[in-house]
Amino acid sequence: MTPDALLRLLVPLAVLAAIPLSLWAVARLSDRFQRHLALSPVALVFANLSRNKLRTLLTTLSVTVALFLYCALSGVLDTLNESIKVGSMSRLVTRNAISLIFPVPWSYRDRIAAIPGVKRVAVQNWFGGQDPKDPRNFYAQFAVDDEFYRIYANDVEIIEASPPQVAGVVPAGQDPKLAAYFQEQTAAVVGRKLMEKMGWKLGQTVTVNGTIYPGTWEFTIRAVYAAKQKSFGEEVLFFPFRYLDQRGLQGGKRVGIYVLELTDADRAPAVQQQVDDLFRNSAAATRTESEQAFQAGFVSMYGNIPFVLRVISLAMVFAILLVAANTMMMSMRERLAEFGVLKTLGFTDATVFGLVLGEAAVITLGGGVLGALLAKFLIEWSGFNFGGFLPPMTVYWSTVFAGIGIAFLMGAVSGLIPAWQASRLQIVQALRPGD
Amino acid sequence: MALPLLYNVRSVAQRPIATLATAVGVGLTVTIFIGALALAAGFGRALRSTGSPDNALVLRKGADSEISSGVSREAVNILRAHPAVAVAADGRPLATADLVVVTTKERRGQPGSSNVTVRGVDPAAIGVRADARIVEGRMFQPGSDEVVVGHRVVSRFARCELGDKIVFGQRSFSVVGHFEAGGAAYESEIWGDAAVLGPALDRDNVFQTVTFRMKDPAGFDALKRELEADPRLQVQLKRESAFYAEQTKLFTRLVTGIGVFITLIMGIGAVFGAANTMYAAIGARTREIATLLVLGFTPGAILISFVFESLLISLLGGVIGCLLALPLNGITTSTTNFQSFSELAFAFQVTPGILLAGLLASGVMGLVGGFLPALKASRQPLAAALRGG
Repeated sequence: MTPDALLRLLVPLAVLAAIPLSLWAVARLSDRFQRHLALSPVALVFANLSRNKLRTLLTTLSVTVALFLYCALSGVLDTLNESIKVGSMSRLVTRNAISLIFPVPWSYRDRIAAIPGVKRVAVQNWFGGQDPKDPRNFYAQFAVDDEFYRIYANDVEIIEASPPQVAGVVPAGQDPKLAAYFQEQTAAVVGRKLMEKMGWKLGQTVTVNGTIYPGTWEFTIRAVYAAKQKSFGEEVLFFPFRYLDQRGLQGGKRVGIYVLELTDADRAPAVQQQVDDLFRNSAAATRTESEQAFQAGFVSMYGNIPFVLRVISLAMVFAILLVAANTMMMSMRERLAEFGVLKTLGFTDATVFGLVLGEAAVITLGGGVLGALLAKFLIEWSGFNFGGFLPPMTVYWSTVFAGIGIAFLMGAVSGLIPAWQASRLQIVQALRPGD
Repeated sequence: MALPLLYNVRSVAQRPIATLATAVGVGLTVTIFIGALALAAGFGRALRSTGSPDNALVLRKGADSEISSGVSREAVNILRAHPAVAVAADGRPLATADLVVVTTKERRGQPGSSNVTVRGVDPAAIGVRADARIVEGRMFQPGSDEVVVGHRVVSRFARCELGDKIVFGQRSFSVVGHFEAGGAAYESEIWGDAAVLGPALDRDNVFQTVTFRMKDPAGFDALKRELEADPRLQVQLKRESAFYAEQTKLFTRLVTGIGVFITLIMGIGAVFGAANTMYAAIGARTREIATLLVLGFTPGAILISFVFESLLISLLGGVIGCLLALPLNGITTSTTNFQSFSELAFAFQVTPGILLAGLLASGVMGLVGGFLPALKASRQPLAAALRGG
């Protein structure tokens, strides 16, 4: 186990261990707090909470757990939605109309490039190779042409690169750091995360077993990129399309998809139409859509999964609501006599109502804030990204606040019935012995 | 001496609301657990019921799925003529060279599109897949622009009704029938004549797979060795059933993994709930329990008795969970099978084994949640407990 992986395991454990500690600290603090405030309602709420510390802890933790899961699942959904928004509106993707599996002829490239409004055309081809050591250790490889790096120049940054073997000039408009890559047919540009995951080093030769393009393929890592846009995956290997063309395509020069950069985004609908009209009656009809719509197609492939996740998070919030409400009712029932005493002392029905509701609110809000924040920091920190298929999972602040809102609502709902019962309680009834 | 179980049953019945609230908490957790397992089971069943162990599937060496495979016409002819291939009554070999391509189709009734597998088959060898049968309309005519559509595709994708036209490349095909295949993955496919679909889809001299009925299914291993060693073929051989069963692994692992993870976290919440309820139940009966101890019941008996009480509540929750999950059975859902890169429809399968697993999970939650409170009950300081109230 690498030190990094160990750290990744230890930190969540440490955080989990820190929860009971911090709760204990809060309980101690609230003891002091009470002495200052004497018999104010706030102090009473905390006094009541610390009376049965174990119960308070258990209930708070169950709310924490619920909100953690709620925020985590919402994070998955948000990440799915976010991956739809990948890419700029000024980029289009042209693919074979039948499906993505079918290639588009090479000859289309120049014809697309000639359409007014198209600034650049790049080639991108799915390779679908496997790691020879462990076929299940999946990562994506794409064969791309040089134009690809110009189109995505603003999305990626080359953070590490081998020096070129011969001092040479890179093609106009290209990052000079890619010089070594451009000079070598079997070079590769690899994402930073993938380098870390596989433990690769710059200059290393990696082997990939082709499935669509049979054979053993070797690539030498000549540059490492980092994504400037979060949506651009960092677990991809890119290699020159000319290598694939010479070795894998057996003469029939075809490409997976064309990525079109437009002069301005407003022309997208017109260009889209023009490209598809141009090839409507050709051997391979095309389907052109915005990069965003293209990505959305992948998300749509998940079918009903997002819906299922929604249902699960709702079921969970409801289950924990029951737990919290049950606890509140139980603790109220045990304290009937006390409420009688409070009322005898002159506490109004409204104050008693507030006391019980406040107790519920402290438990659910405390647990909720903890769970939501845990989800935010633990998940983002772990950098979980569905094996590179989606951008790293994000829990938005809006989700965190929505979660805290839900916790607040849980507190209100679970405290309402006991609070109402307590406020309506007749003193005589409450103080009657033995129940 | 052990405490009578009836004691616990009665005391549970004494606080119906608290019991029910705890049980429903456990129950919902169990429902999610069963749901995840049923989803995985349904997906697995759809693929496992696809393909027969008597059939052999031929793929190109190194290909891990049908779409990344390719078998040349020469290899197909060699395979067809092989003596190990079973022969139909009319003397033709029971072997079909399939053209398998993935096409994009618009969804029905909602925006977006997804992938559907189109399979060009050999009309003369349709009998290789014995379980496919037409439920509406008729089979496609060999050599014609006709296709039949799996019945699960019809409800999910636009323009698949009888008489509708589907365009592949430059040719338009009419839908003449809907077929069913006993819940198998084929039901999520569109079938046509390979000889007609090939040119339309620009796949002239290459097929993706060859499937044939073996004369002697027991001799599969020897046949596999022989064909894989043949330098003219460059293929790998799998039992058809094994090929599809392999595809279930990834998804089943993923869904079961997510399901177990969610259940674990929800289960922690449910255990806290159960523990709370039991602490309250025991707290309210301090004097009663002390009396039992004085009467001579051993702490062990008290412990067992209260663990049982907690178990009772959680098992009630387990039953509620099972009942809530039962209506899931048979609901059709769909997701992309990333091995075939196309959408696969399948039904939730709530099996008795899964229900049992749900009950077991609820039992575990009850045991874990009830143990500490029960321990507390069995270790009461007697004098204080009898005095206080």
